[in-house]
Amino acid sequence: MTTYALTDSWTMTRRELAHWARQPGRLVVGLVFPVMLLLMFGYLVGGGRGVSGDYLDYLMPGMLALTMAFGLEGTMLAVTQDLNKGVIDRFRAMPMADGAVLVGRSAADMLQSAVGLAVLIAVGLALGWRPQGGPGSFLAAVGLLLLFRFAMLWIGIHLALVAGKPEMVQAVQILVWPVGFLSNALAAPTSMPGWLGTAVEWNPMSRTATATRDLFGAAGPDAAHIWAAVAWPLALLAIFFPLAVRRFTRMSH
Amino acid sequence: MADTAITVEEVRKRYGDTQALDGLDLTVARGTVHGVLGPNGAGKTTLVRILSTLLRPDSGRVEVAGHDVVRQAREVRLRIGLLGQHAALDEELGGRQNLELFGRLHHLGARHARVRADELLERFDLTATGRKPVRAFSGGMRRRLDLAASLIGNRDGTDPEVLFLDEPTTGLDPRGRAEVWSAVRSLVGGGTTVVLTTQYLEEADQLADRISVVDRGRVIADGTVDELKALTGGDRIDVVLRDAGLLGAALALLPLPAADVTVDPDRRLLSAPVTDRMAALSAVVRALEEAGVEAEDVALRRPTLDEVFLHLTGHDDRTKETV
Ligand SMILES: Nc1ncnc2c1ncn2[C@@H]1O[C@H](COP(=O)(O)OP(=O)(O)O)[C@@H](O)[C@H]1O
Ligand SMILES: [Mg+2]
Repeated sequence: MTTYALTDSWTMTRRELAHWARQPGRLVVGLVFPVMLLLMFGYLVGGGRGVSGDYLDYLMPGMLALTMAFGLEGTMLAVTQDLNKGVIDRFRAMPMADGAVLVGRSAADMLQSAVGLAVLIAVGLALGWRPQGGPGSFLAAVGLLLLFRFAMLWIGIHLALVAGKPEMVQAVQILVWPVGFLSNALAAPTSMPGWLGTAVEWNPMSRTATATRDLFGAAGPDAAHIWAAVAWPLALLAIFFPLAVRRFTRMSH
Repeated sequence: MADTAITVEEVRKRYGDTQALDGLDLTVARGTVHGVLGPNGAGKTTLVRILSTLLRPDSGRVEVAGHDVVRQAREVRLRIGLLGQHAALDEELGGRQNLELFGRLHHLGARHARVRADELLERFDLTATGRKPVRAFSGGMRRRLDLAASLIGNRDGTDPEVLFLDEPTTGLDPRGRAEVWSAVRSLVGGGTTVVLTTQYLEEADQLADRISVVDRGRVIADGTVDELKALTGGDRIDVVLRDAGLLGAALALLPLPAADVTVDPDRRLLSAPVTDRMAALSAVVRALEEAGVEAEDVALRRPTLDEVFLHLTGHDDRTKETV
């Protein structure tokens, strides 16, 4: 019955798109929020401790990675809400492909994140940010960011399936902030006390931010950085994708 | 075999300390309406969830439309419709959007899903809802759309082979209830087998060919509506007096078997089972008139679920929850 896996997933993706069309306001808020963060950290808070050169060049890749990381809570919230709705029973009692519910969710979230990246990049360009690496590097950077988002997505799905309650989403929403900021998104780890700097360097989000910084920068990519930014999300996916799928198919049993 | 739509043998299901189903048996003939009657907590929803592949039984055998619900879940899902106890709809989308979505997921194909959606909207008088999201629907409209969604059914655009309705009218006003009842009746004409759970004997009486009475996860009585009525002491007569002080006198003079009469002084009520409805009614009215005892109301009615349980189990101390 895998013949229906694609059509069912597409149907579920369209369902999410129909939700957007119904409530465009929610989508817009989701897009505006990272822009607000960018403006806040770029112009109000005056971050960039330990950063040499133009702060916007440092901040943009960090904000892009941070936006992808915050996608985790959006996914978790959406899946939790879906699971607590009666309609999930109807999906389960229908002959649709296993996992189409999750694939539809992830396709819609990836699409939203891609649009979010585009908006944030456009705002950056308007503020005077200029990526130096050429079109190939630019696309590679976007690819790494989306790969990271994809890993966050499946962590979000897994957490939603494990926790299952709206209260838990709140807890994760609060936790995502320190984890997001315990990275090199806003400031260089060298400016931090030793243990903190180490934690920050180990944060998978830092790896994605570093590699995208390379790719957007004039100096060009460092192979080790790119590797790390590919390997970490893949490792997270290797753990959380099968966990989430198994959890979902077994849940009601 | 081909005449049996559903076979349930010795099914058990436990949630923590609660034995929700405790060796339940059930056989439903093809093309009939089977009522599962029981109070809150009896295990009705658990049974329906197992029958509709949403829940795996701990033990026992369950076959629906010729397929095992555990090992051949997909085959079962192709042939069933489900109206759960709570609405299973996408609240943000409109009626047509919901039905098209479910039609596509039933693999009707885009065009056919649209046709089927229109047909069902028409049939359940929902065409006028247009693009309004389900969250803005009234309770009756929502239930009707839910029922329509549960009928999306077969690939050839007919109603499903087996339909499960879990308390389809609980929480509906009398008009909504009548609408659901007539929809169920129209289905049976099309050959669909229906399993309907309810807390109302009246509802089972109206719709079902056979009834299983469920208590604490087991079937405690099983039969046609008439067989069950005989088992439960049949219909009852209620006499409400104007003066509570005359209850004792009325008890002595009424042509009813004194041992079976229950007396409720607060409501000035005498209640007793009757076998011949009309004869009992006229005999009671005549006796009251001759003795000059004034009655506020004399009425025939079906026994309530409480009375059925009292009769079948000898206990009616169940804690009732309101839904
Ligand atoms: N998910 C659950 N977890 C724990 N107990 C449950 C769960 N679902 C049902 N029960 C318990 O199982 C028993 C049967 O419930 P249910 O099948 O919903 O009965 P009904 O539908 O007849 O009201 C009840 O005692 C109920 O509290
Ligand atoms: Mg129930």
